[in-house]
Amino acid sequence: MDRLALDIAHMFAGGLVLVSFMLLYQDRMFSLINIFALHAFVVSLSVAWQAHIQNAPHLYVTAAIALIVKALVIPIVLHRIIVRLGIHRNIETVVGIGQIMMGGIGLVALSILVMLPITAAEGTLVREDLAFALSVILLGLLMMVSRRNAVGQVIGFMSIENGLILAATGAKGMPLVVEISVAFSILVALIVIGIFLFRIRERFDSVDIYALDRFRGEQP
Amino acid sequence: MIDLGSFIVKAILIVPAAAAALLALLPDDRTTARLNVLGTLLTLLCAVALFFVRPEPSLFLIVDDVNVVFIVLNTFVGFTTSVFSATYIAHELETGHLTPVYLRFYHAMYQTLMFAMNLALLANNVGLMWVAVELATLTTVLMVGIYRTPQALEAAWKYFILGSVGIALALFGTILVYLGSSAVLGEGLEAMAWSVLVKRASAFDPALLNLAFVFLLLGYGTKVGLVPLHAWLPDAHAEGPTPISAVLSGLLLNVALFAVLRFKMVMSANERALAPGPLMVTLGLVSVVFASFMLYRRHDIKRMFAYSSIEHMGIISFAFGMGGPLANFAGLLHMIMHSLTKSAIFFAVGHIAQVKGTQKMADIRGLTHSHPTLGWGLVVGVIAIMGLPPMGLFMSEFLILSSTFSRQPTLAVVLALGLLVALGALLRHLNGLAFGDAQGSEAPAQASFMPMFTHLALVLAAGIFLPAPLVSWFQNVAGLLR
Repeated sequence: MDRLALDIAHMFAGGLVLVSFMLLYQDRMFSLINIFALHAFVVSLSVAWQAHIQNAPHLYVTAAIALIVKALVIPIVLHRIIVRLGIHRNIETVVGIGQIMMGGIGLVALSILVMLPITAAEGTLVREDLAFALSVILLGLLMMVSRRNAVGQVIGFMSIENGLILAATGAKGMPLVVEISVAFSILVALIVIGIFLFRIRERFDSVDIYALDRFRGEQP
Repeated sequence: MIDLGSFIVKAILIVPAAAAALLALLPDDRTTARLNVLGTLLTLLCAVALFFVRPEPSLFLIVDDVNVVFIVLNTFVGFTTSVFSATYIAHELETGHLTPVYLRFYHAMYQTLMFAMNLALLANNVGLMWVAVELATLTTVLMVGIYRTPQALEAAWKYFILGSVGIALALFGTILVYLGSSAVLGEGLEAMAWSVLVKRASAFDPALLNLAFVFLLLGYGTKVGLVPLHAWLPDAHAEGPTPISAVLSGLLLNVALFAVLRFKMVMSANERALAPGPLMVTLGLVSVVFASFMLYRRHDIKRMFAYSSIEHMGIISFAFGMGGPLANFAGLLHMIMHSLTKSAIFFAVGHIAQVKGTQKMADIRGLTHSHPTLGWGLVVGVIAIMGLPPMGLFMSEFLILSSTFSRQPTLAVVLALGLLVALGALLRHLNGLAFGDAQGSEAPAQASFMPMFTHLALVLAAGIFLPAPLVSWFQNVAGLLR
């Protein structure tokens, strides 16, 4: 394969990992959402580039979905929700940012160590793409466990989805089913944002999920 | 002439989908419950027809020996639960727990859930199976949160977060499977068709398969409720409407485990790949022991039976992990028996909680005096779930234990310990619930007893006598599972 094409694909995939790291240390609600929009933008660029070099026009659809829904609509909606609910204060993380970043670096190293030997038979493009994708997924998981806030968790989940899109487009010629399912997941995200955030607010005056943990239903 | 087999398979999917659309549109709350029952009955009839005509597998859908009984079980429990749900929901409307708008939503979601579970069982394409499991998760999340109490919202949120992380891991595993298979089979739909994967799995890269299976086991295992991925399960069971607890425990956990089994078959077809058994045995055993100790300190009746579901899913994973004709046979039998028994218990619990107005076990006493039919139904159900003779679960648990004793005595001792601890806990709680002086409301229950007693009769019948064709069919499938 053309050397330059490969390098550009790596740049986008590596860029996605970088933006995942940026998501980890955001401590303000609005900047978190902006960085997520950037995350989705990078993933759509990466998918579009894959569509170009693999000659797979249906992947452009996936790229367009990622761009329109995740980079534009969801961030704007979240922004509005936060303004309306008045919760744009700082968000607490469970542990310090330094520890989270160190953990993140460890996870990236882990995914590279796991993926590269296993995919030795595949082309360079697939190998490194998958290693990056697993890194993004693990970083998303790390973000979900390190946030107390419901919005933070939803964004963590959507960044995991971006990692999955990266993996699915990296696996050459994977049938359209995955694109359908990805569209599906976006629907899930929308439903959750719509229903849960409003109802959580309605009931608790807060989207801090620690408020939820009081109701364990376990008291005798 | 149209192909009858493929017509029936499509009908199993189209009937619930059409019913969901119809129920979402119809405003009247009287007929909708009946229409819901009618939809599930039609689906059940189509599923039974699969015993007689079976279509050729396509790249998307497949009917084989392994899934046909699960489809029939799924549609059967779906039907009986819809009968139970009709009376249950009527009571919820009367007491104002649910408004007609939510009722419409509930019925549409019920049929969508049936559609998703049938699709997951019928799917040949592993990607399609994933989509179906995701749809089933989404619908149950929405139904768990339907009462909109703080507890219900917390349960739904927890379920959503854990369920979707699990589902995400499963998708990554599916992508890895595709990667391994496309290197051998070439790109395209064939490389995702399970029937092709199983045949050609010996040529796949074992390292890729290993990693894929770990992701798939963790991903779908979250949906099965295996410890330590079970945190969503008790909350979701306790806070949602009881018919949903019944289908969650009886069907959805089975569907997720079925997905794991499909991939286990691919794994064991490749000799160089990691043996999937020990992983499943470990997770299963941990689940049994953990859940049986957790059973003691429960205060909420639905939560207690949710932990019992974790225990039984552990037993089933353990059995399939041990493998071999006998353990697989027992695992299959246990899956079916648990599904019937646990949904019957939830039918009883649903009416009990409604008539007593509480789910707290401390406030429910002496049921056999105040409500003899419900009380004794619960007693029989709990005896069955404890694995006491003469019920069907005794037979499957006995088979699992005896086959394990001959191969891995240490594991069998741990399993037996877990089962005994669970038995003690359930016995203790049952004693309080069913016997002694009656407490709380003694108003007669508006209940439909038919679904509960049909299930229990089937479980009893299976414990006493399994017909020969059924046994030979089980043996055949157990051989396929390896």
